[in-house]
Amino acid sequence: MSAKLWLWVNQVAVDVPAGANVAAAVARAGAHFRRSCGGEPRAPLCGMGVCFECRVEIDGVAHRRACLVPAREGMRVRCDD
Amino acid sequence: MAAYDLIVIGAGIVGTACAERAAAEGLRVAVVEPGPVGGGATAAAMGHLVAMDDDPAELALSRYSLQLWQRYAGLADAEFSRCGTLWVARTAREYDGIAAKIARLAAAGVQARQIDAEELYRLEPALAPGLRGGMLVADEAVVYPPRVALHLLERARAGGADCRLGRRASALSARGVRLDDGSELTGPVLVATGCALPELLPQLPMRARKGHLVITERYPGRVRHQLLELGYADSAHGDADSSVAFNVQPRPTGQLLIGSSREFGVEGREVSWPMLQRMLERAFEYLPMLRELQALRVWTGFRPTTPDGRPYIGAVADRAHTWVAAGHEGLGVTTALGTAQLLIDQMLGRAPQVDMAPFSPARSLR
Repeated sequence: MSAKLWLWVNQVAVDVPAGANVAAAVARAGAHFRRSCGGEPRAPLCGMGVCFECRVEIDGVAHRRACLVPAREGMRVRCDD
Repeated sequence: MAAYDLIVIGAGIVGTACAERAAAEGLRVAVVEPGPVGGGATAAAMGHLVAMDDDPAELALSRYSLQLWQRYAGLADAEFSRCGTLWVARTAREYDGIAAKIARLAAAGVQARQIDAEELYRLEPALAPGLRGGMLVADEAVVYPPRVALHLLERARAGGADCRLGRRASALSARGVRLDDGSELTGPVLVATGCALPELLPQLPMRARKGHLVITERYPGRVRHQLLELGYADSAHGDADSSVAFNVQPRPTGQLLIGSSREFGVEGREVSWPMLQRMLERAFEYLPMLRELQALRVWTGFRPTTPDGRPYIGAVADRAHTWVAAGHEGLGVTTALGTAQLLIDQMLGRAPQVDMAPFSPARSLR
């Protein structure tokens, strides 16, 4: 059983196992990742940094690929909900 | 042997606007375009509908055309966005010159007002500190030019225009134009091929002036107005081999479109990293937060440039039944609709509503 860490997804506290990425935290929070220009919800497709569909704002920096960023204690993640 | 009242060569924003007007007048129109519709200078344009006050002739043409653009203010395809133009003054000289600019614009019917530094930062908080103020032209807008060109062509087609897409006009003939498949279309010809003008009309000088563009990811709300430095006209209308000017536009998607660079004597389409760096450094001087953003794509294009900077609009004096609308350089999107209406008026023997003498191709015939 790995250690847990807590982070914020749209002001909701979420816990994930240490070593998980931000995409896992967003998925746990049940949040939309982002929306297309036309307003359709988007979510990770490739899980390896290629499709750019999981981009969220992390600690104030927009358009970071959630699937490539390891979750860290206290991170503030904002999704396009 | 197909006969027409007008054969438009070139389906950029100017050619499609002319085809749309001609079809609307009931003329039998053909359009010849070898490449993508709106794929030349139109695809490398920022789509800023702007009145520039430094040349009275072009100001009159722009003003007339800007009124016609209101037709498409509600067209979803046009992505029309009335963000207004905010000209930024960095030096006292630029700031002190604003009153005269406002007077020149007002005389042409364009409303602008001077804003002080406090209001400048209220309107655009992301601007670098230390700027003097600016000039706001609130009614001006931006569009997405390639989609507008496609829309204009569809309107022309709905009006009966015969669109020969994928065909190239290989030569003007005594009765019209010969295409690359050996066929001939007969009728009056309008050459609207921008930078490619010399291929069909070598008697009209034309130079290609390269430009770079950058589009970012979506960052809604960071910039609200189309921003330009007041020194922009010096870059646009100077004849230096290369120049850059601060020019940043908020797209309706939240993306930022960043210009502008100008280069003569460069033929390749590839991105020039030194030129791109110069252009971006200029933009960073005015909007430091741009450094933090992610660019999505960089591309280049070529502006069709005449010796005096004014487009050729009108009859080609040394050839019967031959017209030209080309060489609009950086104002082709702004002036396309006006160009089309004024040219068709001339063709049909009606008095155009703008003095067209400054645009007569006869001034440059060689």
